[in-house]
Amino acid sequence: MAPVLDIRGLAKSFTLHNQGGVTLPVLAAVDLTVHAGECVALHGRSGTGKSTLLRTLYGNYRVQSGELWVRHGTTRIDLAQARPRQIIELRRSTIGYVSQFLRVIPRVAAIDIVAEPMRARGMDTEVARERAAALLTRLNVPERLWHLAPATFSGGEQQRINIARGFAVAYPILLLDEPTASLDGDNRAAVIGLIDEVLAQGTAIVGIFHDAEVRDRVASRLYDMTEAKAAA
Amino acid sequence: MSALPMLDDVPPLLVVDGLTVAYGTRVGCRDVSFELWPGEVLGIVGESGSGKTSLLNALSARIEPAAGRIHYRLRDGTLADLFGLSEAARRQLLRTDWGVVHQNPRDGLRLTVSAGANVGERLMAIGARHYGEIRGAALDWLGKVEIDRDRIDDRPSGFSGGMQQRLQIARNLVTKPRLVFMDEPTGGLDVSVQARLLDLIRGLVADLGLSAIIVTHDLAVARLLAHRLMVMRGGEVVESGLTDQVLDDPQHPYTQLLVSSILQV
Repeated sequence: MAPVLDIRGLAKSFTLHNQGGVTLPVLAAVDLTVHAGECVALHGRSGTGKSTLLRTLYGNYRVQSGELWVRHGTTRIDLAQARPRQIIELRRSTIGYVSQFLRVIPRVAAIDIVAEPMRARGMDTEVARERAAALLTRLNVPERLWHLAPATFSGGEQQRINIARGFAVAYPILLLDEPTASLDGDNRAAVIGLIDEVLAQGTAIVGIFHDAEVRDRVASRLYDMTEAKAAA
Repeated sequence: MSALPMLDDVPPLLVVDGLTVAYGTRVGCRDVSFELWPGEVLGIVGESGSGKTSLLNALSARIEPAAGRIHYRLRDGTLADLFGLSEAARRQLLRTDWGVVHQNPRDGLRLTVSAGANVGERLMAIGARHYGEIRGAALDWLGKVEIDRDRIDDRPSGFSGGMQQRLQIARNLVTKPRLVFMDEPTGGLDVSVQARLLDLIRGLVADLGLSAIIVTHDLAVARLLAHRLMVMRGGEVVESGLTDQVLDDPQHPYTQLLVSSILQV
């Protein structure tokens, strides 16, 4: 089976034009192939470019050089060359991303934030809300919060809403940036359960897991970020 | 596994090529090219004087460009050269297929007639004649923009700024336009009023599958509403791309300066 993600010679640096034109090389030569059902944990100390790599895989950061092939249905697309509309379509149907922080939209209730990716795929509003409710229950988000906008929620509550949103749709590729960072034991177990389920269904995961216990439990293998940096 | 759409089969709604607007020798905007697809929201950002509004006025056929072409896909599927159409045909587009939401609601509303008439007027311009149906549509739209239906016979001159802006949106959307131009739609409103309006615009654009071009100097507004951004400076587009990419990984020195100048709360 062809890989779902095939990264070749990916490089990324940031040029700060208003700070003396300093260039910060972050990724120099990432070669990584990921197959369906695999969970690859990005491994390396702080500052080795783990989050940068995840954001680049989501199209949030531009690819500077190299190729980033994503399997999309029966075709494949090089994210490095993709047009904005193609990236939007990839995010709707193929690549999910759970960032560390929830981007709150004024007046939108937690349950609708979770339901939104399902509605974007054409799912009926009520069906999407039911599934959102099931996910929020599973992640122990109290029902009294579901219909409130999460601006005032705690960090852990916001993170669980973000996770529910990320797992609402069966993406073939899921990117996780420290999904258990501010969660207690029960909630960590709930997230591990969700990860196990989607892996069994064939989702490929690339993630950052600082929590060694979680990492050992879910990762199929580690990708050493010092390799990605070596050529820099 | 079924093939997923990659959208290459959908033709663009608007094709802009080398558009330049000049006021005598002064340039409003220079050599702007882009395409807009159905259902897409394009944000045009930049500071005052960057050419955003000149570009918007030319795109909506309210001023004639000095150079370049604008092609618009009509409802029958043909791609028409906008300034090749008769002036009457362009006016008809503005009344039916397009909406224009002005920064100042006074420019887009008639303050001396009732809220209901402001909404109904656009319908009558496209041939609606049945009083009950027009009033029904007006009531329906007042509800959608969260204006109390009891206010239908009131003149908008007595409305708050936020209400006037919501009424202007209802007036524009009642004819089911395919393309809406918005010039700083939340400018001049209190922050709490802005949030409500933004949420409303976001929901309506998504539910109706509208294409929209939104001019704003507020990057938070752009992030919330736009799929794609064009950054303008001195009349030229200096950077364009996917909204979160432009804001989170800006490439051009000017975009970097804009993004880094936002105050955090």
